[in-house]
Amino acid sequence: MQPRLYWPITFAAAALVALLTYGVASTGPDTSIDEQLQAGERVEAPVRDLPRLGATGTGSLADHAGRVVVLNVWASWCPPCTSEMPLLQRTHESIESRGGLVLGVDTQDATEDALEFLREKDITFASLRDRDREYGRSLGVSGYPETFLIDRRGRIAALRRGPVTQAWLDEHLEPLLKERA
Amino acid sequence: MRRIALLALLLVGLTGVAEPQVTLPDIEDEVMCVECRTALNVSQAPVADQERAFIRARIAEGKTKEEIKAALVAEYGPDVLAEPDPEGFDLAAWLVPGGLIALAALGVALLARRWRRRDDGPAPAGGSELDPADARRLDSELRAFDS
Repeated sequence: MQPRLYWPITFAAAALVALLTYGVASTGPDTSIDEQLQAGERVEAPVRDLPRLGATGTGSLADHAGRVVVLNVWASWCPPCTSEMPLLQRTHESIESRGGLVLGVDTQDATEDALEFLREKDITFASLRDRDREYGRSLGVSGYPETFLIDRRGRIAALRRGPVTQAWLDEHLEPLLKERA
Repeated sequence: MRRIALLALLLVGLTGVAEPQVTLPDIEDEVMCVECRTALNVSQAPVADQERAFIRARIAEGKTKEEIKAALVAEYGPDVLAEPDPEGFDLAAWLVPGGLIALAALGVALLARRWRRRDDGPAPAGGSELDPADARRLDSELRAFDS
């Protein structure tokens, strides 16, 4: 190779490799919340106004300050979401009187299908729409369903990347409900 | 004959203005599976099935391709379209091919310039033109040969 061409071609190749590396590194889910929780810290939950599913206006976690929120990210096309919905509905009914609630975040879903899904499952807790998972990305969501337990001060106290179980809720939700704001 | 031509013109007039009905494959290759990030026409994910059902329903409503794509964006966000965002890292998908094309054009221009210089330059040694000393020697040799 001629010496005059060596450096420009080397520089262009290095720039291309750097670009590809950045692209691959930046597409993975954000695991910072998981790491902080593993270190025993609670993480300030991201708050964003999102459209209400099946209703007008917007809503966010800020509407439920002082309450324990079971934030569940779901989609009507996701089979594991279907299987955990009855448990979430029962949980919502049992914690409402104790200062808690389940709040759904319907993600990457067709509105009509989502509403039909809720009707079929007799779900009464409210859901917000995160149509392109922008809010989910701020929570490090990488699949469905995922559930975040938010304490009365708006901090994430526990998360589950996958369907919740009664045992997991008993272990992590019960202590939060007993906490005072 | 004139009546047949008139009838044909009337039929063309009645049917020719109608836009061709859009089909699922027309749209599938321009749309992404929002969860698996592959083109919809190659995805078998559950959400891809939902997207296809959504498109079919809009086709049945008589929507145009652009209207259906706009409806998909309204439901799933702009990432549903199979084209990179003109911002952030995705901007590279627009800039890199453009940069490569510009570099290739520059390379071709430089090569063309080099070839032109080679054509315009002095004739290579052993060409048809002789330096004056050789020409004089050749002439004298030829004269000697003729005599």
